[in-house]
Amino acid sequence: MKELIDDSKPIFVQIAERIENDIISGILPEESQAPSTNQFATHYQINPATAAKGVNLLVEEGILYKKRGIGMFVAEGSRERLLQKRKGEFFEQYVEAMLREAEKLAISREEVIEMIARGGKGQ
Amino acid sequence: MSQAVVETKGLTKKYGQMVALDGIDLRIEENQICGLLGRNGAGKTTLMHIITSQFFATSGELRVFGEKPYENEKALRQMCFIKESQAYAKSFKVADVVSLSKGIFPNWDAAYAERLLNEFELPRNRSVGKLSRGMLSSLGIVVGLASRAPLTIFDEPYLGLDAASRTLFYDLLLEDYSNHPRTIILSTHLIDEVSRLLEHVIIIDHGRIILDQNADEFRGMAYTATGNAERIRCFAEGKKVLHEEGFGSLQTVVLWGRATSQEKRDAAELGLELGPVSFQQLFVHMTSGDAAKASLIQEGAIRR
Repeated sequence: MKELIDDSKPIFVQIAERIENDIISGILPEESQAPSTNQFATHYQINPATAAKGVNLLVEEGILYKKRGIGMFVAEGSRERLLQKRKGEFFEQYVEAMLREAEKLAISREEVIEMIARGGKGQ
Repeated sequence: MSQAVVETKGLTKKYGQMVALDGIDLRIEENQICGLLGRNGAGKTTLMHIITSQFFATSGELRVFGEKPYENEKALRQMCFIKESQAYAKSFKVADVVSLSKGIFPNWDAAYAERLLNEFELPRNRSVGKLSRGMLSSLGIVVGLASRAPLTIFDEPYLGLDAASRTLFYDLLLEDYSNHPRTIILSTHLIDEVSRLLEHVIIIDHGRIILDQNADEFRGMAYTATGNAERIRCFAEGKKVLHEEGFGSLQTVVLWGRATSQEKRDAAELGLELGPVSFQQLFVHMTSGDAAKASLIQEGAIRR
């Protein structure tokens, strides 16, 4: 798991994204308790202050909320909100990037559409 | 603002004509893991020796826990300095070093020290003179961690330590720091290995502090762009170029700053690839003679 942290963006953003992914995939269900910042710190071998910054980012967005003296919990409705947010990012990150690469390789729009129709059948 | 554990003003150290430290202004906050980075001979070790009161400064002010540390037992007892070449008497056994440390450090945790000896597989009855280089480093780490000193300084603590033992050190350091927060200064050349552990970074170069910043902010201070040399020239125009290299028609530039969304779109349209600059690479660019450094210094992005 440790190799998931890289230099591509600030570590606290990557920590926030890891938690988001776990909420989306259902590993962290709504109203369940999220790992503590110290657990994140030792697991990913990062500074606890950095881990806390990542967790706080999600608190500010209302994805996590604090129960006094107990810890952080996943807010109700957070999964749906994250799905909406990620859908928006999906277009820029994957669709646009794919079309740029296709253009570079002289793959036509029709071919791309045909490939999409053909893809994912293995699942 | 939290309490400053170390505070210096104009700290200077001269050896005859040689200026080792040249007016260091520094403030290290309480309970942070702080990386002290610099090339060989930059002045790191001199600075750590002065902070721990083992060398005298030529001029300037130094406060540790708000006090002058020289011959000040109250301040000195709160510090633990593990040096690169830790010198324990050769005839001492590992167990002797541990029991002596108990008398020196008020916060010493004997049970934790025992656990650490086991983790690093250190033979308690072996004399220090018969330890391997790596074992000697491990012993220093055991003392440094178990001291629980409010200011613990590790100066290249892992000479001769293999990758597995270094990882063990990082894990133990984070675990114990989480449970017992304290100020830790880590000086090292293995920058990429420790960069994630750090909350704060201080870079010292030619006896001066050129950067004193939050580690996360430092990480995003530059990025690379790679692609066709002609297009790279277009893209880099008006931007601060830290470094450039290329072969044939392919060019890579390291650019100072964060790429805006507009710049990301521009790069995509030009067919350029943007990428991150590792902590270590950024350090190298800032402390090597990269030409662009001059303009960064002029603009105050790097202190001089």
